[in-house]
Amino acid sequence: MLGLNKKDFTLLLIVAALVVFAPFILNPFPADSAMAQFNAGYPDLMQRFVIFGIFAIGFNILFGLTGYLSFGHAAFLGVGSYSAVWMFKLLSMNIVPAIILSVIVSGLFAMLIGYISLRRTGIYFSILTLAFAEMSFRLAYSVLTPITNGETGLQLTLDDPRILGETATATGSIPVTNFFGIEMRATEVMNVGGWSFQFNNGYYMCAIVLLLAFYLAIRIFRSPFGMMLRAVKSNQQRMNYTGLNTKPYTLAAFVISGMYAGLAGGLMASMDPLAGAERMQWTASGEVVLMTILGGAGTLIGPVLGAGFIKYFENIFSKINEQVLHSWFHALPDGIENAVVWVLEHFVGSGWHLTLGLLFMLVVTFLPGGLVEGGQRLGRLLRRKDAEKKTATQSTPAE
Amino acid sequence: MGILEVKNVGKRFGGLQALGDVNLSVKENTVHAIIGPNGAGKSTLLNCLVGKLIPDTGSVMFDGQSVLGRTPYEINQMGISRVFQTPEIFGDLTVMENMMIPCFAKRDGAFKLNGIRSVESDAEIRDRAEAMMEDMNLAEKRHMHSASMSRGDKRRLEIAMCLAQEPRLLLLDEPTAGMARADTNNTIDLLKEIKQKRDITIVIIEHDMHVVFSLAERITVLAQGTPLVEDVPENIKGHPKVREAYLGETAAA
Repeated sequence: MLGLNKKDFTLLLIVAALVVFAPFILNPFPADSAMAQFNAGYPDLMQRFVIFGIFAIGFNILFGLTGYLSFGHAAFLGVGSYSAVWMFKLLSMNIVPAIILSVIVSGLFAMLIGYISLRRTGIYFSILTLAFAEMSFRLAYSVLTPITNGETGLQLTLDDPRILGETATATGSIPVTNFFGIEMRATEVMNVGGWSFQFNNGYYMCAIVLLLAFYLAIRIFRSPFGMMLRAVKSNQQRMNYTGLNTKPYTLAAFVISGMYAGLAGGLMASMDPLAGAERMQWTASGEVVLMTILGGAGTLIGPVLGAGFIKYFENIFSKINEQVLHSWFHALPDGIENAVVWVLEHFVGSGWHLTLGLLFMLVVTFLPGGLVEGGQRLGRLLRRKDAEKKTATQSTPAE
Repeated sequence: MGILEVKNVGKRFGGLQALGDVNLSVKENTVHAIIGPNGAGKSTLLNCLVGKLIPDTGSVMFDGQSVLGRTPYEINQMGISRVFQTPEIFGDLTVMENMMIPCFAKRDGAFKLNGIRSVESDAEIRDRAEAMMEDMNLAEKRHMHSASMSRGDKRRLEIAMCLAQEPRLLLLDEPTAGMARADTNNTIDLLKEIKQKRDITIVIIEHDMHVVFSLAERITVLAQGTPLVEDVPENIKGHPKVREAYLGETAAA
């Protein structure tokens, strides 16, 4: 189907089902229950899940296939965001031209940085990309203020030209981003019993783009080009002595993953039309590396899982504060309650990075293949249990 | 005029003259061996042929064209394939994938952005890879990770990958180094079979005299970066200069 083999097509269907039903899946608890804070089914967060999923899928094409570890991919995301916001300022509030421009600009930018950085391999390549990204961040933060609006970030104003759209709406406010008239921020709320499920246009737009991006990534993974990228990771010497030029292969992978990052950045700006320099900071570049490794580098679904995992923790754990902890443990005697809360509060709220760090350490140590490997091991374990049960029932009559 | 013409090639590493003044002419469709004691410059010479090193002086012509100044992948696309001392294969890939890559390189050239069509649907490449695996007794191992194969099988795969490109010149750098006697004999038989089946020129660098004398039609003896003699195997065996180079005997003794 769609030029995919059965296994890949099933994977695509699973991902499609997950993103389509995300508003239900991520909202397992009734809105007024104590567990409601673990719900993640609100538009803002769901959009971030899929946008970072796209970012990580693209990053995985470079890192997972060729093994080149870029530490500067957030720069392309930032460039994409700025391009999109400029399109909203100058052309119209339709997200299509904005996203197209962000993909093109970040692709060109990736070609420039990739051309220089790919002269080196291994740690030197990583450092070069890190240096370029940090340079881009500094440029966006101060030097290029006329283009990026410095530390305030680029925002829409009431006197932007928007030559194909309107400068301001009839009521005198800034128009909102749309897809040929469909407003991105519009949300439909469905109340069923105690649950309230939210269906947001912007989220479904991002979900469609994610599915297209994921489909394209599968095609690339299964193509001769994808095989060559894995060959680059495996043995560059043999590549060279098999008449293959490794440079254009790695550069193409770098540019494609840069365009994915630009697409994610453009989508981010389409959901919330502003762009700030902090999106390009090295911590943001590091985050996508974590997502890919945590999920499983070189696997198709891994980066998507990793992105969802990290974004869920970032949003849910950082919301838990001291009061919440006290309400959880109020059944304990006072002294013990205070001690438990004192320990746990370092791992939640603004300290959620500590939890993430611990989880990352555990995953890398015990599951080098990431969450995907964890899933595979679990699957094998269950199958073995199944097989044992069968042999056990078969052997009983003999006794 | 041979298919490979090396003229007055010299290469210096700092104070060490690795190659003095090497002249070598390899005739088409022959097996030509280059032998010599350690440090004679055999590997340096080979690296000059494939573009890994650029000689300081002299010229290297393959089929009438100079190879100097070209990168290894360009030289490979001209029709020179190289087998390494320790097998260089794509260890993370399966045997089938290993075989398909040279087939792609042969058909599509040094770079092709073919990112949409799936590898599985490319019947032409699959058939060529399958035929080559069949030919080289690798077919049952097609789904194996190539890194997990035995050394002999890795060597066989590497040679198969080189042959899949249909090269006109095959360079072998000590193909039996570190092999047990049985594996060495298998490799000899394999190379003989290859030579019988196709029109190919083979240049082999080897330490093992048993291998050299069972395969080579002509032998060049290299010592201290310069060729001592070049002749047919029968005349090399008892040649006083060769004995001197290998055993340190003086000609008088």
